[in-house]
Amino acid sequence: MSIQSPLPVLKPTDFASDQDVRWCPGCGDYSILAQMKKVLPTLGVARENTVFISGIGCSSRFPYYMNTYGVHSIHGRAPAVASGLKSCRPDLQVWVITGDGDGLSIGGNHLMHCIRRNIDLNIVLFNNRIYGLTKGQYSPTSPLGKKTKSTPMGVIDNPLHPLSIAIGCEATFVARSIDTHIQHLGEVLKRAAEHRGTAFVEVYQNCNIFNDGAWEYAKDRDAKADNTLELEHGKPLIFGKERQKGIRLNGMEPEVVELGKGISEDDLLFHDEKSPEPSLAYLLSRMRYEDGLPEPIGVFRCVDAPRYDDMINEQIQEAVQKRGKGDLQQLFRSGDTWEVA
Amino acid sequence: MATSTPPKPVSQITEATVRFCGDSGDGMQLAGTQFTNTSALIGNDVATFPDFPAEIRAPRGTKAGVSGFQIHFSSTEIYTPGDTVDALVAMNPAALITNLGDLRDGGILLINKDAFDKKGLEQAGYKSDPTEDGSLDGKYKMHAVEMTKITRLAVEGLGLSQKEADRCRNFFAMGLVFWLYDRPLDPTLNFIEDKFGKRPEVAQANVAALRAGYNYGETVEAISTQYHVEPAKLPAGTYHNITGNTALAWGLITAAQQSGKRLFLGAYPITPASDILHELSKHKNFDVLTFQAEDEIAAVTAVIGASFAGEMGVTASSGPGIALKTEALGLAVMTELPMIIINVQRGGPSTGLPTKTEQADLFQAVYGRNGECPMPVIAASGPADCFDIAQEAWRIAVRFMTPVMLLTDGYIANGSEPWRIPSMKELPRVGVEHPGPSEAGETFLPYKRNERLARPWAIPGTPGLMHRIGGLEKQDVTGNVSYDPDNHQHMINTRAKKVLNVADDIPPQKLDGPSSGDLLVVSWGGTYGACATAVHQAQASGRRVAHCHLRYIHPFPKNLGEILRSFDKVLVAELNMGQLNVMLRSQFLIDTQALNKVQGKPFSVAEVLHKIHSLLS
Repeated sequence: MSIQSPLPVLKPTDFASDQDVRWCPGCGDYSILAQMKKVLPTLGVARENTVFISGIGCSSRFPYYMNTYGVHSIHGRAPAVASGLKSCRPDLQVWVITGDGDGLSIGGNHLMHCIRRNIDLNIVLFNNRIYGLTKGQYSPTSPLGKKTKSTPMGVIDNPLHPLSIAIGCEATFVARSIDTHIQHLGEVLKRAAEHRGTAFVEVYQNCNIFNDGAWEYAKDRDAKADNTLELEHGKPLIFGKERQKGIRLNGMEPEVVELGKGISEDDLLFHDEKSPEPSLAYLLSRMRYEDGLPEPIGVFRCVDAPRYDDMINEQIQEAVQKRGKGDLQQLFRSGDTWEVA
Repeated sequence: MATSTPPKPVSQITEATVRFCGDSGDGMQLAGTQFTNTSALIGNDVATFPDFPAEIRAPRGTKAGVSGFQIHFSSTEIYTPGDTVDALVAMNPAALITNLGDLRDGGILLINKDAFDKKGLEQAGYKSDPTEDGSLDGKYKMHAVEMTKITRLAVEGLGLSQKEADRCRNFFAMGLVFWLYDRPLDPTLNFIEDKFGKRPEVAQANVAALRAGYNYGETVEAISTQYHVEPAKLPAGTYHNITGNTALAWGLITAAQQSGKRLFLGAYPITPASDILHELSKHKNFDVLTFQAEDEIAAVTAVIGASFAGEMGVTASSGPGIALKTEALGLAVMTELPMIIINVQRGGPSTGLPTKTEQADLFQAVYGRNGECPMPVIAASGPADCFDIAQEAWRIAVRFMTPVMLLTDGYIANGSEPWRIPSMKELPRVGVEHPGPSEAGETFLPYKRNERLARPWAIPGTPGLMHRIGGLEKQDVTGNVSYDPDNHQHMINTRAKKVLNVADDIPPQKLDGPSSGDLLVVSWGGTYGACATAVHQAQASGRRVAHCHLRYIHPFPKNLGEILRSFDKVLVAELNMGQLNVMLRSQFLIDTQALNKVQGKPFSVAEVLHKIHSLLS
């Protein structure tokens, strides 16, 4: 009998590669990188069994900074590269690092199909609502009217909302966090890693060069308590500096109510991340600051469903069970054959 | 038994070519396939040419909906499905008018008379009924048979609707041709039992129609002669009739097994490559993973992921799909991962002629990527060769850590020929090496190369070998991102040299014919059969001609220049506007001649032979 040697205890620095990090000083990506390095040693997965796959864009430089296996692939295709990898090697822990342009524009198709297959990947989408690496064009998440290098008169295409898309594809794990909300971000990344199936995490990330302050309402020390809402499974939706406000359903619409004055916690909407129906998660994903609602952060949805990477390998086992392990001569002689003497 | 008709004379012939043609829904592909398998089983050499429209069901009875299947069978070795047809089965007027031109003078014409009604004739554009107006008389041995009526009578009492009864017509036609060429019915009877066993009334009806056709031939006086083709003297062994796509799939499975790898196919459905996906998806018990991706790009990038994972990554597509994969192929070249990219070429550009054959993606294969982006390119010469070349592609990919482009075409993919089943001893083993765990503190160098310039294939899960690869230019040896000008030049040179090193690892170019002479015919890919046959015929008539068929196109075999210079003239025959010709002229500075055709059809032997004679006169 072989004895599994225990995993060495790793520190965040063990996950740092020898490459200089080249994001702009002050970029939100630094914080996400730091949290990732903190979380990984807590997961009990060896570095050699961890792989980071990215596409193109500022966020996609991420793999170079991790002392794990990694592929910096091409624009938008990281989910597809990761799908091939994970299908062949379900034993690996695979992370996909993408951005709003990479994941939702050029790679939207792959993101959608990866999520619907529920392949066991952890996808982290850094949303800075701008194209950073190409120096400041609008992205699919830029708000209407936003003036950028390519939209001097303002954006006229309606923005996409990453979590609404993921939930529309019936993602089994959907969460949101904020680059500077470091403890929360760490917890969300950990939960994503522990989920089996596609885990989709949107991180509000500040691009201090081309779109500084895009998430200020959610990050500002004074404002964030009123503009965001931390989701907790099984708990009512309460927010505000004094935790004096809540979300109540008025028909199908969420509305902000003040607690007290005849409204108690029991009147509020309760969060249920395990709900098999994605409707509640979708409703939460549609709560927008611009509509006067706090934007939820935390885990929107976490349900269990069959995973493509398991099933593709189970079909192989099933085929072997039914027909025996493949035999070339048997294959070659299947169907009609004839002898020539 | 009651009366038996006296046996008809049997004429011994060495070979024949038969074509079944009819509406897309008439079951002509099935008829052709059955006739082919039966001919192969009784020992003839066979070569086939299925030809069908891109539309699944074009309007019934129209010329657009005509589907055909041609079989050449012989008692000697053959390489093509035949230039002209000895017997043509036409199930309707549209099939007759579109196919009659290929029937040789004096050939046999079997017509379903019942389809020659007013509407059918109009749809085909006939002003009068050719079976009655005398226009075919004397030119062909025409038999206008009421196939629909006789089939309906034959299946009467089996409880079939008229529509179902009419679907048995192709079996009647088959039966008649089986009699005409003295083929046994047993293989087809077994096929019917397998295929329709669950619906006994349909099985019985098809059997009845088949026998009715056979008996019709035996009894009707108008058909006076039966033909017999002896078995061919093929090398001893067990044979299987195989299409190019099936042979390719089996070759890939074999390569995976012989290299101890799992096979991962990433593919998106596309004509004429989809059958590779279909075939591989049937053989999961060989540890085959088939991933039908959301698009062509996902198919190839998933393959890159699979190759990074350490498995045998393969993607199969056709020209338009390969175009979509182009950027990812650049990533494959940069990351230097082994994988196979299959292009089953079809008529282009754009959507082009999806079900027709062409060789116009050669430039795309060799040059069609951004940047200096070389990869080995090899091409299959025929259906059976697809089995061998799939293994050769994987051998090159692994030995040189490179994607390999494997070209076939619609003609090879759907055509079939006898394939001698190899013994296990004959199958090459592909050695694959992955570096083992490294000691703590030791730096792994993912772009440190061996004597062939191949880099190590380190796979995730190996302690100490953690590394990052990607599309950005890499520093030599370390693989770290580098924008250094001299390093970029060095890496461009190195990637090119690595691919050129393949030439040291392949057999020298072979020549069929004298080592020098008046004319050398150069070909590649699916035109092998037509060119080989034409050259053999020219040689037989005393011409000093040789044939050089290229399997390795990038890089070329090392002795190719010497061969080309040993002939007074060089003819490059290909189904494009001269792509290999341009490559040979630019590389070897030889004033070559070209024979080109882009009609969605293979070369006929006569076309090539005519060009040979015209160059030598």
